[in-house]
Amino acid sequence: MAGVKFEQAMARLEAIVGELEKGDLPLDESLKIFEEGIRLSKNCLKVLEEAERKIEVLVQDKNGKKQLRAFSPYDDDNHDSAPDS
Amino acid sequence: MAAWARQLPWNEFASSTRGDPSTSPRSRSFTPSQDPSSKRVLTVSELTGLVRASLETDFPEVWLEGEISNLRAPGSGHLYCTLKDDAAQIRAVLFRSTAGRLRFGLEDGLHVIVRGRVSVYEPRGEYQIILEHVEPKGLGALQLAFEQLRQRLAAEGLFDRERKRPLPAFPRTVGIVTSPAGAAVRDIISVLHRRCPILAVLIAPVQVQGEGSAEQIASAIRSLNEWGRVDVIIVGRGGGSLEDLWSFNDERVVRAIVASAIPVVSAVGHETDMTLADYAADLRAPTPSAAAEAVAPVLSEVVEHLGTLALRCRQAMGWRCGAERRRLDLALAQIANVRFRILEDMQRVDGAVVQMRQAVQDALKGGWDTVHSVRHELVGRSPEPFVRHGLGQVPQLRSRLDGAMRYVLNRRKQEARSCLASLNALSPLGILDRGYGIVESLSTHQVIRDARQVEVGEAVLARLARGKLRCLVEEVMADLGLKSGSDPL
Repeated sequence: MAGVKFEQAMARLEAIVGELEKGDLPLDESLKIFEEGIRLSKNCLKVLEEAERKIEVLVQDKNGKKQLRAFSPYDDDNHDSAPDS
Repeated sequence: MAAWARQLPWNEFASSTRGDPSTSPRSRSFTPSQDPSSKRVLTVSELTGLVRASLETDFPEVWLEGEISNLRAPGSGHLYCTLKDDAAQIRAVLFRSTAGRLRFGLEDGLHVIVRGRVSVYEPRGEYQIILEHVEPKGLGALQLAFEQLRQRLAAEGLFDRERKRPLPAFPRTVGIVTSPAGAAVRDIISVLHRRCPILAVLIAPVQVQGEGSAEQIASAIRSLNEWGRVDVIIVGRGGGSLEDLWSFNDERVVRAIVASAIPVVSAVGHETDMTLADYAADLRAPTPSAAAEAVAPVLSEVVEHLGTLALRCRQAMGWRCGAERRRLDLALAQIANVRFRILEDMQRVDGAVVQMRQAVQDALKGGWDTVHSVRHELVGRSPEPFVRHGLGQVPQLRSRLDGAMRYVLNRRKQEARSCLASLNALSPLGILDRGYGIVESLSTHQVIRDARQVEVGEAVLARLARGKLRCLVEEVMADLGLKSGSDPL
């Protein structure tokens, strides 16, 4: 659910920008949310920079335990990944 | 119609046997014999059995078109109905094993084409057709089943617009429920990563058609939900025939999509294919590629948006700081102004203090002058000389007063002595000395001047020069006296 956190961070950042541009808050409040906004934008960028492209398959072993396995969409061996029923 | 008509086995059977009447079922029919002695009497069961055998031999497989009526579904699972057209009707039965294979539900009034064999239900002597296959006329069986299920699930509210959830704007992980071997999964991944190269993809591999595929799809959706780290799910497959797409019309798939806590995008077949999974999904994408487009944000746009937001943040803050700075400068200028005014006021206060001090000193000086002059005047008017002068006269005046007093006293003493002598001469005591007495009534203490004032026997008191006498009156002599004579006194 990392996407949810990112989305919340973006939403908060947008809210902060809106608030700062309105300029209704007292200066110290503005400074506080400004710092929060800069922090959020850096964090979001960091999340994007550090995010890794991953393609995995969720498979279930005989005991019903779920596992992840790497997957290459252009590899014909992937036929094995399909459950056999 | 021509297609199924050609398959009618009865026609084939009939035509193949027409040329050989000896093998025709009709040649074996029991027509009454001309010879009564050889008359053979049948029981009802025997006849019914013969009729049944005859019918089953003659009509082992017929195709029949008609309208379903009087449909009954008792607990046994077998279905009973009547097939009819404008002029005739036939009872029909669909045994449970066959009924279970039907993809759509039978309904009264439904026009169907059936395949079956004709038989007799002996206990009632009714002939009937035992159905082995039923399909709706006109509409395909799958289409009918689709429509029926769609209506039922729609009535449950599973397709309601209010159920649809928005897709996450920035998914981190996209779950895909599809065949790992198909073109669809490649299309989806390719589009996802073209738009957003950093997306994580989690594939829940399933068979998308054939036996058991619907259950696999439903279970894969549940598995992704249980796995949890998935932000949005794409469920789909590439194009195919109506039969190929059929698993996506399965009720279990629909319910799994509805139950998913993670938003689901459906992408089944081509634009024109509409499955029940599409109805149930939070978003229906016309194709797998379109689903990927709908799900993945464009990374460069996100980064740009993020940059813009940070820039706007800084600009807004910078503007605000500038505005506050100007306010501060203004305030400082105002303070300087106020300070100047305060200095001015202080100067005025200083001036006023000097003036006040001068005024007080002036006032004091005038006061002292007055005090001095008054004091001078007071000293000039001092009573001391008079007192001193007066005190000098006191002894002399005192001796004069003493002399005068002695003189007056002596004179007054002489006057007093001569007065006393006169008084003595006039005093009653002096008279008494000379031998006179005073008589008073003892009762009234009145001086008795007239003898008639008392009566005989009355006591009177006589005052003498020395002592008193208590006397009793013996006699009153009224006319006696010195009436015209002078008083001896």
